[in-house]
Formats: sequence, C-alpha cells, structure tokens
Amino acid sequence: MSEANSYERYSRQIILPGFGKEGQQKLFAAKVFVVGAGGLGCPVLQYLAATGVGSIGIADDDLVALNNLHRQILYSVKDIGLSKAERAADILRQLNAEITITPYNKKITTQNALALFEPFDIIIDGTDNFAARYLINDACVLLKKPLVYGAISQFEGQVAVFKNENERDVSYRDLFPNPPKDGEVANCAEAGVLGVLPGIIGTMMANETIKMITGIGTSLANQLLTYNASTNEVYQFSLPGRTTHSHSPKTKAEFLTTDYEWLCSSAATDEEIDADTFRDLIEKGDVDVIDVREPHELPKANEFSNIKIPLSQLPRNYIEIRSDSVVTFCQTGSRSLQAVKILKGIFGTEKKVYSLRGGILEWQRRVK
Amino acid sequence: MNVRVLLFGPLAEIAGASVSVNAVADTDSLISTLHKSYPVLAESKYVIAVDRHVITSNTLLSENSVVALLPPFSGG
Repeated sequence: MSEANSYERYSRQIILPGFGKEGQQKLFAAKVFVVGAGGLGCPVLQYLAATGVGSIGIADDDLVALNNLHRQILYSVKDIGLSKAERAADILRQLNAEITITPYNKKITTQNALALFEPFDIIIDGTDNFAARYLINDACVLLKKPLVYGAISQFEGQVAVFKNENERDVSYRDLFPNPPKDGEVANCAEAGVLGVLPGIIGTMMANETIKMITGIGTSLANQLLTYNASTNEVYQFSLPGRTTHSHSPKTKAEFLTTDYEWLCSSAATDEEIDADTFRDLIEKGDVDVIDVREPHELPKANEFSNIKIPLSQLPRNYIEIRSDSVVTFCQTGSRSLQAVKILKGIFGTEKKVYSLRGGILEWQRRVK
Repeated sequence: MNVRVLLFGPLAEIAGASVSVNAVADTDSLISTLHKSYPVLAESKYVIAVDRHVITSNTLLSENSVVALLPPFSGG
C-alpha cells in the first residue's frame, strides 16, 4: 500500500488534535507484545492492529474452545481446536497487512520471558492466572519495560499501567504484594464472566497502550481503575509508592530460578487424583465425595453421589463426612485443593483427603 | 464516626457491595471489626484504599471517609 493510501486508512485518527502524522508514525514504529490471546487479548489485538501498531507479538499456548466464543471475539466456530496465537495472527493479518504480527504458540515461562519481551517496547498482560501475572510483572521490572495490566472477575474489571522506567515507579507487586494461593480467587472458568466485560476492559488496555505510544492524554500510570459492568460504577485509585518485596527477583539469574507456579501453588500435588483414580474410588465405595462449590454453580454433579458443603462453610460444617477416604471437587480443581488443606487441618492423618484434578468440568469432559 | 466501606469483586459476595461501620478511628480497627462480622473476609487477600488512595499502613479515618477493599482478579 502506498504511503498516501496508508495515511488515508488512518486519516480519522490523524486529524485528532495532538495526534497528527507524528502520532501515526510513532504507532508504525511501536513494538507491542501481548501475552494471552483470550478475552482481554482479543480486543487489545484488534485495536492495536487496526490503529497501525507496526509490530505485534502474541503469546498463547491455548487452543480455541467452544466456551471461549462468547467473549474471545476474534475466533469463529471453525477455529475450535486451533492455536489461539496462530489464528489471531492470521485474522489480524487480514485486517491489516501493513504491520508485522508474530505468533508464539507457547506458554510464557521464566526461561523464555526475558528473550521474548526484549525486542518489544510495551508488554500487555491479558493472562488468566496469578502465576503468569507475577512472572510477567517481574520480567517487566527487570527489563524496565512498561506493562499494561488488565484483569476481570464476573462483572468487574481492573486496569492499570506500570511504567517501570525507574526505581520510583510502582509495579503490580506494589499493588498486590503477595501472590494469592490458587483457589483463593476464582477464575473465569469457576466464577463465570460476562462476555462483554473483557471487551470493555481490553479496549481500555488498548487505549492506554495507544496513549502511551503517541503521548496523548493522561495515562493510568500509578493508578488502578475499576469498572463494574453491572452497576456502571467506575473508580480510580492512586497507588502507594514503591516498596521492597521479599519475593520479587532482583536479578535476571534470580528470575530464572523463581518458581511462579509454586508461589501461586497452581502446580499438581500428591493431594490430587485424576478422573480414572476417582472412578476406581467411587466404584469401590466407602468414600465421601464433597462438592465444595456454592449451591448455584453449574454444571450439577449428578453422575455420582456427593455431599454439598460450600468451601466457605467447610471449617464449621464437616459433621456429614464419615468415610476414611474423602474426595473434594469444585469447578476446575483449585478450590478443592483449599478444601483439602482445611480438611487435613480438621482430620489430620485420620482420613485420606484428595482433590479431583481439573474438577467437575474435566470429569464430565472425560466421561463424555 | 460513620465510615462507608465498598467491597469489590468476590468480597462483595461475602458482605455486600457496601457496608456502613460505626465508631472506628482508623483502618486497623475498621478491618478487625469487619473480620469479626465477616470471618470469611479474614481469609481473603485484598488491599485497602481510603478516599481513593491505596494505603500500606494503618490510616486515621475521618467522618464520611470512604474505604475500599480491593482484591486481585486473575481472569482474562
């Protein structure tokens, strides 16, 4: 496409006050890396590609699933089972062939994060778990790269910008110093999410990125914005100054050996059993199966008998548990790990207590 | 002294989106009052903001202060 055509394409933003051809040239020259091509990543990627960001990296090791489509609006039914990073790259190239889009069909780890982020100017966190969020934050602090953060829960979203230019800039760890343990905070698969919410929050993240690149407007740096899609309430909170964090790696060598999965305890443990072991246990009988989800949660578990005790009531309400073997389950297997800890605190070594890995969703997938 | 407390995300399921607390002088006494009324809150991770500033240490409250309890979200 000729330069004249190219400017015609972006003419409606170029004529904005303070934007101009200079703003467009800054966008062409910008290199942005988006981690996660899911609910938040899709709108971020669409707007960055449409606005003419010159180079976009996309990392995601996940595949498109049917239950993604209500919120991950880049994908269609025909994409189910395909790599999100690769599908997103192909679809965005159709939207804008003038820019460079590089998909990485892999999970971000301590081993690849620094090398992947290094060539880019801005990193965007659209991931769905705490281990990834703390890892990405720490990599950005070490590399002094600005991080645009967004996260969602049911009807609510958070957006922030961490500039990471110097020692005074606050980071994600200044906002939330300690990683929550897995199961303390429910994710989208467990708690649900309104499809349009990541669209709104992801669009805000794209907006902050475009403002940062072009220098227009007021940045959300050192601020946390919250949005409630149910009530339309928006709040902006100023963040405290930089503090020292005992867990955050101070050097690249330290970063490489930090175990983020362990910090957020999302890795497998011997307290977990898989669907096959679970089936053997319930066939043998003499096991109490506990559904630790809240009463309204779906899908219902009708395939095997179980006792319903929501996690919040478990510390007080365990009188019905009589068998020597106990299996707890929830939606995806994270709250049930919390339940195992609670029940071990109550019964000690008196009972064997397990959590069903992958929860009822994984079980029902296997059975089908 | 009457303090309004806003609860965000899953914390609102524990105590409601907004509660009013009487007779507390600072954030430490407010939090201990809330934890007594809502024990599950004590097991949750969140940061505290007073009048839209996130705080990291005990902070004096004044009449009509608005306190927000902000949990981290992981969803994306």
